[in-house]
Amino acid sequence: MRLIEKLPQVFKPIISVLVGLSLGLLVTKIAGEDPWNVLGILVRGAFGSRYDFGMTLFYTTPLIFTGLSVAFAFHSGLFNIGAEGQLAMGALALAAAGIQFPNVPAFLAPVFGILVAVLGGGIWGAIPGWLRARRGSHEVINTIMMNFIAAGLSSWVTLYLLRNPHSQNPETDSVGAHYLIRQFSFFDGAPVSMAFFLALFAVFVVWFILWKTVLGFEIRAVGQSESAARSAGIDAAKMRMIAMAISGGLAGMVGVGEIMGNAERFRVGFSPGYGFTGIAVALLARNRPFAIIASALLFGALHKGASDLDLETENVTRDLALILQALVILCVSAEGVWEVLGDRLKILSKKKWFNPAVSVEVSEDQASGLKTKV
Amino acid sequence: MNIFFQLSRTSRALLLSFSFLIAQGAFASQKIKIGLVLDKGGKDDKSFNSSAYQGAMRVKDELKSFVKYVEATDDNAFESILRSFAQKKTFDLIISIGVSQVDALKKVSLLFPKQNFAIVDGVVDSPNVRSLIFQEQEGSYLVGAIAGLTAIPDASGFIKVGFIGGMDIPLIRRFELGFAAGAEVEAKRNHHKIKVISNYVGITADSWNNPAKAKELAMSQYDSGVQVIFSAAGASNAGLFDAAEEKKKFAIGVDSNQNWVKPGRVLTSMVKRVDEAVYQTCKDVSESKFIGGTHHFGLADKGVDYTVDEFNRALLPPAVIARVEELRKEIISGKVQVPDYYKNRK
Repeated sequence: MRLIEKLPQVFKPIISVLVGLSLGLLVTKIAGEDPWNVLGILVRGAFGSRYDFGMTLFYTTPLIFTGLSVAFAFHSGLFNIGAEGQLAMGALALAAAGIQFPNVPAFLAPVFGILVAVLGGGIWGAIPGWLRARRGSHEVINTIMMNFIAAGLSSWVTLYLLRNPHSQNPETDSVGAHYLIRQFSFFDGAPVSMAFFLALFAVFVVWFILWKTVLGFEIRAVGQSESAARSAGIDAAKMRMIAMAISGGLAGMVGVGEIMGNAERFRVGFSPGYGFTGIAVALLARNRPFAIIASALLFGALHKGASDLDLETENVTRDLALILQALVILCVSAEGVWEVLGDRLKILSKKKWFNPAVSVEVSEDQASGLKTKV
Repeated sequence: MNIFFQLSRTSRALLLSFSFLIAQGAFASQKIKIGLVLDKGGKDDKSFNSSAYQGAMRVKDELKSFVKYVEATDDNAFESILRSFAQKKTFDLIISIGVSQVDALKKVSLLFPKQNFAIVDGVVDSPNVRSLIFQEQEGSYLVGAIAGLTAIPDASGFIKVGFIGGMDIPLIRRFELGFAAGAEVEAKRNHHKIKVISNYVGITADSWNNPAKAKELAMSQYDSGVQVIFSAAGASNAGLFDAAEEKKKFAIGVDSNQNWVKPGRVLTSMVKRVDEAVYQTCKDVSESKFIGGTHHFGLADKGVDYTVDEFNRALLPPAVIARVEELRKEIISGKVQVPDYYKNRK
């Protein structure tokens, strides 16, 4: 019974996504391609082979982390645009630790690495959290600024302190061998590692913290109404600082998949905007931890499938994936409109088509009364 | 293993040319399919990637071939794009543009030993990969000499020339070292004191695409008395040209022939014929002459050069050109040793 009640909740975003994708594919029709063919390329590009599927999961992993990061901050009423900087700092901290302490015992190194990444991102997230809580400066501005600082700082550290002398590319030396986590051979060489399962575990942990602990309750209370939370004796400033620190720590874990599971080193500019796409991921999932898995998978698949568009079609390029993302987000955020439209339709139907018997009884005044209620 | 590859490739080539003989009844080059994987800068960077793209377009027109290009979205995408190309098994040659694809190509070339690859600016040591390397320092030496010969000493008796690099990487240091050496030797030959001022736009990949910063650097170099600036900074070079126009000083372009960008202000361009290298490699494939290994493109085969055309002919006195041509011969014959940053390091 409960499941049936919840069904529309689940369906609305799915319908929004489908509408957004269809609109996007219509755009390809205008560009002179067969939309079904484009859809086929996107699906094959993302799921066509073990390797393709692996790459999709590889892109999904960081998006789960950043999606969780943004969602967690949202629940405390803060808008964290700084996941991009936090993930860079987490990854950089992990790389630095991996280079400085290559001899950490093999059973300890991965755990140590994860902790360092969480700490790096967490500190970077806690700073704007503290500024907001104690100084009242707005977190949107501060997190954006922290992104720039992180970009500059990480390039500087990479190039002047930890540079790989054997490469032209701006990257650090490789981390100690103990830090590397195994890639699954099932995916035919795609860099899918335990980091993916770490992401799934993080989803569970975030859900548990937010809905099963006092801390989570207090964070959500602050997010829904600060004044109400405060009069209930909750320290709102403290909750927000904690929320931002955890949010930053979640973003920092992107470094685990990238460094321990893939590149073995920090590469300047490794992230194609995971932190910003994470905002879209959280938005689409309506900040629900478990929905973030599906939403991250969608965006990961779009990112992977996109590069095949260049290869397989004449008129459509990878930029279509960006258009698709934008349209999906538009349709999801336009959900309010769907609801209003739905109610209007109900009123209209009562007036005319489906139920003429009722329409006689509903006067014009009553109908407009209903409208204003909507 | 190696011999096996060679054998299988030769037999395949033979087979191909044989079947072609039957079909066409003549020794013409075959129509080939080329895959081009561009760096993140994309085909419109007016410099390195666009030079490669032009080469590929020439292949398309002159060899009547099919060319498909893809621009990468991020560093992890190179491998999956290369694989997608290779998996089709219909491409006769797949070309990686840029040093950031080295690691990806190393992996993919091993997975597809029968597929021909080429890479520009990086070295991948596989029998099925041709690495195309340019002797940037040689071309830079010549444009350095042009700068040293044309600049006029200031009140204190110093000739001042400038260098602006894009991203601070060894490859660009190689341009800088060659340029400075050329300018210094030629200025001293004329008994002038010389100063070479050098700046870099930045240390990240954004440096290739930051004309505002390049312009700022160029303006301050010109203000300090520099008369000619050589800039190896990809799309950031646009900023240098603007500064040269505003300050009525001179600039030297890079990679593609950029003399036309600001006629009268661009002294010459140090061209790096990525297009030529791409074209030659494709031509070899179409004539079934493709072999792996590292190919160097220097002054001798016009892989690097300086340009003279209708936009800059008036700027270069015949005496300067005569001297530079002399230098060209001396470099090719080995009489003049151009310092190479790759070898001088460490």
